[in-house]
Amino acid sequence: MRFKGKDIISIRDLEKDDILYILDVARKIEKSPDQDLLKGKVMASLFFEPSTRTRLSFESAMSLLGGKVVGFAEPGVSSLKKGETLWDTIKMVDRYADVIVMRHPVEGAARIASEAANVPVINGGDGSNQHPTQTLLDLYTILKTKGTLENLSVGMLGDLKYGRTVHSLCIALSHFNTKFYFISPDALAMPRDYLKDLERKGLSYTEESDLIKVSKELDILYVTRIQKERFPDPMEYKKYAGFYRLDKRILSHIKKDMKIMHPLPRVDEIHPELDSTEHALYFDQAANGIPVRQALLSLVLGRIE
Amino acid sequence: MKELKISAIREGAVIDHISPENAFKVVEILNLKDKDDIVMVGVNLQSKKIGKKGVIKIGNSFPTKEEIDKIALIAPEANLNIIKDYNVISKERVKIPDVLEVIIRCANPKCITNAENHKTKFYVLEKSPLRMRCHYCERIMEAADIELV
Repeated sequence: MRFKGKDIISIRDLEKDDILYILDVARKIEKSPDQDLLKGKVMASLFFEPSTRTRLSFESAMSLLGGKVVGFAEPGVSSLKKGETLWDTIKMVDRYADVIVMRHPVEGAARIASEAANVPVINGGDGSNQHPTQTLLDLYTILKTKGTLENLSVGMLGDLKYGRTVHSLCIALSHFNTKFYFISPDALAMPRDYLKDLERKGLSYTEESDLIKVSKELDILYVTRIQKERFPDPMEYKKYAGFYRLDKRILSHIKKDMKIMHPLPRVDEIHPELDSTEHALYFDQAANGIPVRQALLSLVLGRIE
Repeated sequence: MKELKISAIREGAVIDHISPENAFKVVEILNLKDKDDIVMVGVNLQSKKIGKKGVIKIGNSFPTKEEIDKIALIAPEANLNIIKDYNVISKERVKIPDVLEVIIRCANPKCITNAENHKTKFYVLEKSPLRMRCHYCERIMEAADIELV
């Protein structure tokens, strides 16, 4: 794929080679960043929904390569409050910036924005649908720590039903002959459509509610928060909040080089006593957002071919 | 006893082999109550193939592509015959296309197409049983989720 002018909306739009190319560019940028690479370019940062990590890391990624950032972090300041459609907002911003990064609470919003805009649009999360840059930084993190993405055993733990990050990661890892372990209470299991897709690709997966039963098999354990806001019924949420709490007791049940990831923020899924162990990868993971987003910005803006 | 038959039409379209329960849905899709040319609707007619069937004949007009796509979704068993000069010049089963544009709503209330009344688009992943993915919110929809625009 030639990336110049391309939108990054969904992990489904990227082939295996595209993913590997983006990660390779991220590696090169991280190794020797060019402070003027995005000089003269303007990124519109449109956050219709609050976000800390994604917004700060995009804005920081742009600034560190010499680019400028305009935008808003709260929907209240946009003209959406005045009833303007997303289509019209994007048509206007399109004239002010060279690239648009957006987060929006409505599913499919980024795709519509990409159809309204002439400049490339990067999806920073659209409701519970897609968050492709999170997935790419997850892959980058795995690649950096394991040296490969191929043939790994990856466990996904927690809310696999509503968890956007595990859905996208599952799609992305299916390019790499991953052995999947889906660990969740039955009510929060990985949706059937994702499992069917894996079956179609001939990939193996195991569903289990007891982490200890499979933890020894894993190269990576991807922990997710059970998100209150995704539950239609608060009673349902109470039932599952705190279902998995990782602490030092897990250490005797895992491989020596097993790494724990988490898209953050965490609540109580991972005890801070694990932070100082060599298994904890979640803060490195968050930091990897910078080179991956720098790579994407440089590619879609055509500063790296 | 006198038997009433649906007579032949000179020019137009015949939609045949509709399951009886779907016949009036097809009438609605084609908006036949507003046509001022010949329209004949038969239900519970004898059929060797499916026991009982519905047949709709429309004089001097032909369903649009959009209407044929809608019929394929609601009554995939139907055949569409095009008649010219009393002859059947084409006869084929309606087909669900690979991409469905505009004709159905997304079943996901959180989809932007519902939030902003935007035109819809779906990719058909499997035709039987029907599974399709919304181009925007990426949710999978099945036959039971279909609501025509």
